[in-house]
Amino acid sequence: MSTSIDVVINGQPSTIVHGTTISVLLDQLGLGERRVAVERNREIVPRAQHASTILAAGDQLELVTFVGGGL
Amino acid sequence: MDTWTLAGKTLSSRIIVGTGKYASLDQTRAALAASGAEIVTVALRRVDLSSKEPTVLDAIDRKKYILLPNTAGCYTADEAIRTLHLARELGMDELVKLEVIGDPKTLFPDNTATVEAARRLVKDGFKVLPYCSDDLITCKRLEEAGCLAVMPLAAPIGSGLGIRNPHNIRLIIENIGIPVIVDAGVGTASDAAIAMELGCTAVLMNTGIAGAKDPVLMAEAMRLAVDGGRKAFRAGRMPRRDYANASSPTSGLIE
Repeated sequence: MSTSIDVVINGQPSTIVHGTTISVLLDQLGLGERRVAVERNREIVPRAQHASTILAAGDQLELVTFVGGGL
Repeated sequence: MDTWTLAGKTLSSRIIVGTGKYASLDQTRAALAASGAEIVTVALRRVDLSSKEPTVLDAIDRKKYILLPNTAGCYTADEAIRTLHLARELGMDELVKLEVIGDPKTLFPDNTATVEAARRLVKDGFKVLPYCSDDLITCKRLEEAGCLAVMPLAAPIGSGLGIRNPHNIRLIIENIGIPVIVDAGVGTASDAAIAMELGCTAVLMNTGIAGAKDPVLMAEAMRLAVDGGRKAFRAGRMPRRDYANASSPTSGLIE
């Protein structure tokens, strides 16, 4: 049986399956291959911990990457 | 070879270019190549979850270019520091471009917050290149904070107004011991040449190239201007004189 929880991803309210890890979430969002840094509740989650970090209800996630920019 | 070093890296190019505002990734790639830059800046933003399009990282060959993450859009020291820790998590080197903006209309830097952020970032192991006003005392504080270079503006970001205060830039160059890189305001090739003739170590630009009608051709023009300005600086220009001084012999004229 799977229950769902509410989290916020890049400012957007989202519903995910309880027990989802950051790695799984990134795969579901199609970002598995991309270079993405993750902040959870304003704390960086190092890439090495993505697979072991299970998301909790109410988590605020920031998924960021590089874009073109100068000054 | 007329090289310079930054964070232990030997560089032969004296132009650092931004990767924003280009029409396409192909144009970005071509302009970077034409500029001869070895360091290119990138910004950090939320991943666009609605798009599977290639990103700027796909346009930049990491073997060819050193990526310099910036803190564009940050208005406090805390925001800038948070951004650069995320950049580090993205696998960047410790070399970072710090900017703490003080006002949205001019995009002038908040120099006080920039110095504070620089101190904290240096403590955290970052190698900091700060954008700042063309103000000698701010540059001295940034040098004392342990920054690797200072990057005073020539004119407001994206304005293309050129070197508004060459005297201030020269005073900074003469009075601090780290490289001075003009950052912001370069609008055309002669602006870049002037910065280099003043003795700047390098020039950083984005809109001056990306905002040209033909960005790839302007990138080449900027490369040549930086090279020409640098050579003129090394050559040492002739003194300015108020009156003419003939360059043909004044004796032996026919009568």
